[in-house]
Amino acid sequence: MNGIRELTIVQVALAYVFVLVVLAIVRARGIRREKEILLASIRMTLQLVLVGYLLVYIFENPHPLITVGIILLMEAFAVFTVFRKFKGKLSGGLKRVIALAICSGTILCLLYFLLVVVRIAPWYDPQYFIPIAGMLVGNSMTGISLGVKSLLEGMTVRKASVEEALILGAEPREAVREIINSTFDAAIMPTINSMLGMGIVFLPGMMTGQILSGTLPTTAIAYQIAIMFGIFGSVSLCVILLLQLGYRTFFNKEHQLR
Amino acid sequence: MFRFDSVTFLDILRVPSLMIGGGRVTSLLGASGSGKTTILRMLNKMVSPTAGEILYHDRPLREIDSVLHRREVCMLSQTPVMFEGNVRDNLLAGLLFRKAPLPEDTVLSETLDRVHLNKPLSEPVDKLSGGEKQRLALGRVLLLDAPVYLLDEPSSSLDENTAVAVIEMIASCVREKGKTLVLVTHSAAVAEKYSDDIVEIRNKVAERRSV
Repeated sequence: MNGIRELTIVQVALAYVFVLVVLAIVRARGIRREKEILLASIRMTLQLVLVGYLLVYIFENPHPLITVGIILLMEAFAVFTVFRKFKGKLSGGLKRVIALAICSGTILCLLYFLLVVVRIAPWYDPQYFIPIAGMLVGNSMTGISLGVKSLLEGMTVRKASVEEALILGAEPREAVREIINSTFDAAIMPTINSMLGMGIVFLPGMMTGQILSGTLPTTAIAYQIAIMFGIFGSVSLCVILLLQLGYRTFFNKEHQLR
Repeated sequence: MFRFDSVTFLDILRVPSLMIGGGRVTSLLGASGSGKTTILRMLNKMVSPTAGEILYHDRPLREIDSVLHRREVCMLSQTPVMFEGNVRDNLLAGLLFRKAPLPEDTVLSETLDRVHLNKPLSEPVDKLSGGEKQRLALGRVLLLDAPVYLLDEPSSSLDENTAVAVIEMIASCVREKGKTLVLVTHSAAVAEKYSDDIVEIRNKVAERRSV
């Protein structure tokens, strides 16, 4: 295999041609999005440059506290992103469930993936820990967001059915069974669809990155298969925790709808 | 059977003192929005009083498991709520929620006859009219064979003849089997004809009145 072809600053700058072309088109058509496109492009560049330097420092100075600190930051960011997305619609109980589901679901899967599947040493090796945590937490955050959206909609649209089921003597978990099932579907279908299309419709980013950096495609594919199962497990576990604990927050201790 | 002690629900209803006897038919009378449904919902534990105490067989309702209580004290809502599926699915819904044994189709058909609903068990519920849904919902709760029934205007969407037939069927069924019935009605004539006791709500206060 050939080694990686390094990109010079000039080469990276040449990629900005794409942005300039789009800017020219939106300007010509009078679509007022120039500011957003410019802001997004510059922000992305600055964020990635900063993260690049930060990662170089962390990889050269690995320490368990730094790795744990970064994971906690990722978890906090994911939790608050979900809170912000549903601002004003979440009860205190449901917020606690979301935080618990994201943190425990992703950390359990992350530890299993790194310590049992990949078997990294030392356990806090940031070169593996950080990018894989990013993929698990990011995908799980998306799954939880879809799950919360579907759960809130289900409990609003089907409120009368839930109440009727309670009146007829159903346990709360029976009364919300259909909502829980359809929410689980809505939350994990994107992950399942991406597994179905992988390798045919698109080549995933992690695998492409590894191949570009000189890794054998077979090795890259082995990692990709494993990480996809890791993501699938993490998203599913987070959503299951959200649903199993989350539906209870809609009822009081008398099994009445709040 | 039920005893209200200084019960209040928000600022919409007060029940200073009230007994609802077992094995009897009690009608709740009152204007629209007076709190009749709230009384049924409190008896069924779908809502709890904001003050005071309701006792069932001398036990405070708040100490009784809500799900078990609702299986014994069975309520029919005024607006029928149908679940996805056909007539059979809806008739069986209550039994399925209780994980109770399911009856044969002949029993289901008999139940439809009792509520004057002439529809096949395989009929999708979204093809039923409001009155048909109301009778199906009534059939669904009658199948549960509960000792206590709380019926909220069970004939409100029915034509006069069907309404009379349905109310007579409910009253005779309850009396034959020694069950307890609390019936919400806006009709003083229905209340007087079929009830042993009448509770009337006036100016947000529920009190017994003579039959």
